Amino acid sequence: MSLDILNLTDRTPTEEARRQVEICNACRYCEGYCAVFPAITKQRAFADGDITQLANLCHNCRGCYYACQYTAPHEFDLNLPGILAEVRQDSWDRYAWPKPFAGAFQRKGTPIAVALIIGLALLFLALTALRPASGEGFYAYLSHGGMVAIFAPAFLLPLATIGIGLRRYWAEVGGQRITFAHLRDAVAATANMRNLGGGQGQGCNFEEGDRYSNRRRVAHQLVMYGFLLCFASTSSGTVLHYGFGLEAPYGLFSLPKLLGVPGGLLLTIGAGWLIRLKLQSDRDLGAASAWGGEVAFVLLLGLTGLTGLALYATTGTALVGPLLAIHLGTVLTFFLTTPYSKMVHGFYRLAALIRDAQVRL
Amino acid sequence: MTDSTKTWDVVIVGGGNAALCAAIEAAEAGASVIILEGAPLDYRGGNSRHTRNFRCMHAGPLSVLTDRYEEDEYFDDLLRVTKGETDEDLARMTIRTSETCLPWMEKQGVRFQPSLSGTLSLSRTNAFFLGGGKALVNAYYNRAADLGVAVRYEAQVKHVDIQDGVFGGVDCEIAGQPTRINGKAVVLASGGFQADLDWLARAWGPAAKNFLIRGTPYNRGVVLKDMLDQGAESVGDPTQCHAVAIDGRAPKYDGGIVTRLDCVPFSVVVNRHGQRFYDEGEDVWPKRYAIWGRLVAAQPDQVAYSIIDSKSMDAFMPSVFPPIQADTIEGLGQQLGISGTVLKETVDKFNDACRPGTFRGNELDGLATDGIEPPKTNWARPITEPPFYGYELRPGVTFTYLGLKVDDTARVTGEGGRMSNVWAAGEIMAGSILGQGYLAGFGMTIGTVFGRIAGREAAAYVA
Ligand SMILES: Cc1cc2nc3c(=O)[nH]c(=O)nc-3n(C[C@H](O)[C@H](O)[C@H](O)COP(=O)(O)OP(=O)(O)OC[C@H]3O[C@@H](n4cnc5c(N)ncnc54)[C@H](O)[C@@H]3O)c2cc1C
Ligand code: SF4
Ligand code: SF4
Repeated sequence: MSLDILNLTDRTPTEEARRQVEICNACRYCEGYCAVFPAITKQRAFADGDITQLANLCHNCRGCYYACQYTAPHEFDLNLPGILAEVRQDSWDRYAWPKPFAGAFQRKGTPIAVALIIGLALLFLALTALRPASGEGFYAYLSHGGMVAIFAPAFLLPLATIGIGLRRYWAEVGGQRITFAHLRDAVAATANMRNLGGGQGQGCNFEEGDRYSNRRRVAHQLVMYGFLLCFASTSSGTVLHYGFGLEAPYGLFSLPKLLGVPGGLLLTIGAGWLIRLKLQSDRDLGAASAWGGEVAFVLLLGLTGLTGLALYATTGTALVGPLLAIHLGTVLTFFLTTPYSKMVHGFYRLAALIRDAQVRL
Repeated sequence: MTDSTKTWDVVIVGGGNAALCAAIEAAEAGASVIILEGAPLDYRGGNSRHTRNFRCMHAGPLSVLTDRYEEDEYFDDLLRVTKGETDEDLARMTIRTSETCLPWMEKQGVRFQPSLSGTLSLSRTNAFFLGGGKALVNAYYNRAADLGVAVRYEAQVKHVDIQDGVFGGVDCEIAGQPTRINGKAVVLASGGFQADLDWLARAWGPAAKNFLIRGTPYNRGVVLKDMLDQGAESVGDPTQCHAVAIDGRAPKYDGGIVTRLDCVPFSVVVNRHGQRFYDEGEDVWPKRYAIWGRLVAAQPDQVAYSIIDSKSMDAFMPSVFPPIQADTIEGLGQQLGISGTVLKETVDKFNDACRPGTFRGNELDGLATDGIEPPKTNWARPITEPPFYGYELRPGVTFTYLGLKVDDTARVTGEGGRMSNVWAAGEIMAGSILGQGYLAGFGMTIGTVFGRIAGREAAAYVA
């Protein structure tokens, strides 16, 4: 750790994180909480890329904050979850492409709200302008061709953009060729959110201070699996459409609905729960500067689930038209903001876990 | 204040490991309990918040502990470090009870982890706390809260009111307000006196003013002194403290574990006159770090400098502050504030005395110097490869030995014999068992064993 510990102002987040990580490396008490500490103890000196990797590996479980004997008012002033969150945010900004969008939707809620309004407006416009002469179900409002024309690029372009960011990340952290074993390890860690388990399954220290709880881990998994189910539902619809000539609307016992309805429920409930927990937690232990952007992002995510469910619930009524516009507008906003919102955390986390597996295995 | 009008069953003085164990046991037995913690909430938990493990007897693998560690081996280890300055009955009772402590601790919410990287040698004898001592303290405070134990922070006890051997209450200041807390029984668990530099200086000599205190600034021995003034029987050498050599740039108080330096065996150590004064390679560091506190304390200005070259930098755990660095030995001396010329002479003399051989950092490698005084008997490699590094060493006090004498029920004895309702636990009575030296992890064992006994006994007394 550098000796000018009182001179906090002119240090970048990466420099400040390095100072704290070096203290941890001399201490190591938190070794059992997560993957970050074993990664720290493998090294003696930390390049910027090492700090970026540690930051993306940290799941902000906060165990190491409440266990730390050096938190303020101690002069060592440790807050590892907080500073790693700041470094993480900065790294996503740095990798974002194209540059002008970097950080556009990460830190504040307002840009997301504005984007949502624009997304909704666009969809209402599209629905009015592109209203097909005939068609069944949704396609009575927006033709299948129209939908594809809007959503194929809205889905694929952000993905390509994120790919560019991930390549930059991989270069900075010194990643190597990925093998199946690395992937398996990283996906397993994601599937059960190993790093939100506190190391022994007791959970993290989020909404109840220094008491462990698994609520955040469970809520996060509801969102993640809900999202994946919704995604699988849409994909299965696409397959049915092109592969089998089966067109929407699908009945309750069709694959898209069997995946989509539970998915929407999980997504909506999980997102609401996450926000509640977030409101109870201490902002200074996360990326305090991005709090608004994070909440808005979770709301947006929850809204995609909720509007989807509402759309299904109103099948056959006059509400389908406006609700379709609202749902599709929300989904559009979600897709388009993905590379520049908190949503990228999923991609970078996975990359960090893969990199960590490379170092460990 | 409502505190003043109520009479508590059990009053606990202190808020570290021993205090919390006592509070939980007493509350589990149904007593009304109040904890008076002298520190504010952010600093609660005394020296216990700096710990990492406790030493635990076990007949077979137990939780994170490997293999077995039985009573006789444990006792022999204790005998060796204390050179016989222990009470065998009390010590053996403590050792035996430690085995039942681990499951009890887990039940209260304490979690363990395998021994930390760099401490493999302890995986059989010491159970490490997940997150360290502060996580343990947090778990106990949560458990105590669930049991309805009242906690007052910034509650500094000034006087323990004992009339004819019977406790009636304590006089304290809570957040600066003089307050009287009445109780039917008391457990004293307020640690040693090492944070009171004046007291240390009276006991050790004026040099003690230059010592660093590794733990909490709140253990000033106020209660210990008050009890001794009232005729409580004492134990342990009043002039001694446990001191290790730590980074000289550490904060005056509370620097904790990270300020330790493990470089000494791979270096030469000189005083401010640039002269060596002791065999740096006498034994492996875990067995020697404690004597280096005294060695440095005996040098002018209580300071020494560990000099090392780049080939040895990776042989020890990373330090919290980066070392001073220079391309020449003279330059390093100047940066450290000692004569570069003299330092160069000392290092040259040492280098000339090194002999060929194989360096093995993890064991006694017998790589010894030839023909210098003092010799370096292991890991003696010439210091030749720039850049050169230097660390300032100062004595860091861990704890003091003077304490209250207790029996196997943790009861304190006064002039008129065993007091009827006064118990002591933790560092304040550790001298009863640990009269000299130190055995890693034994402080928390003593606190847990005696804290639990004291809590149970006090609750039984008031029941
Ligand atoms: C850096 C460091 C590392 C250590 N590591 C280990 C280890 O790994 N394993 C081990 O076994 N031991 C370790 N020790 C020793 C260990 O800390 C002690 O043996 C143990 O914590 C003693 O527990 P205790 O409850 O008696 O005292 P403490 O935990 O020090 O608690 C004393 C309490 O009394 C309070 N207090 C003091 N005066 C008053 C007053 N007048 N009124 C009210 N409250 C008061 C204090 O605020 C504090 O809460 C370490 C010590 C240090 C300094
Ligand atoms: S967070 Fe604090 S307790 Fe944990 S390893 Fe770092 S310095 Fe040690
Ligand atoms: S906040 Fe949790 S995941 Fe992040 S470094 Fe600390 S213990 Fe690890």
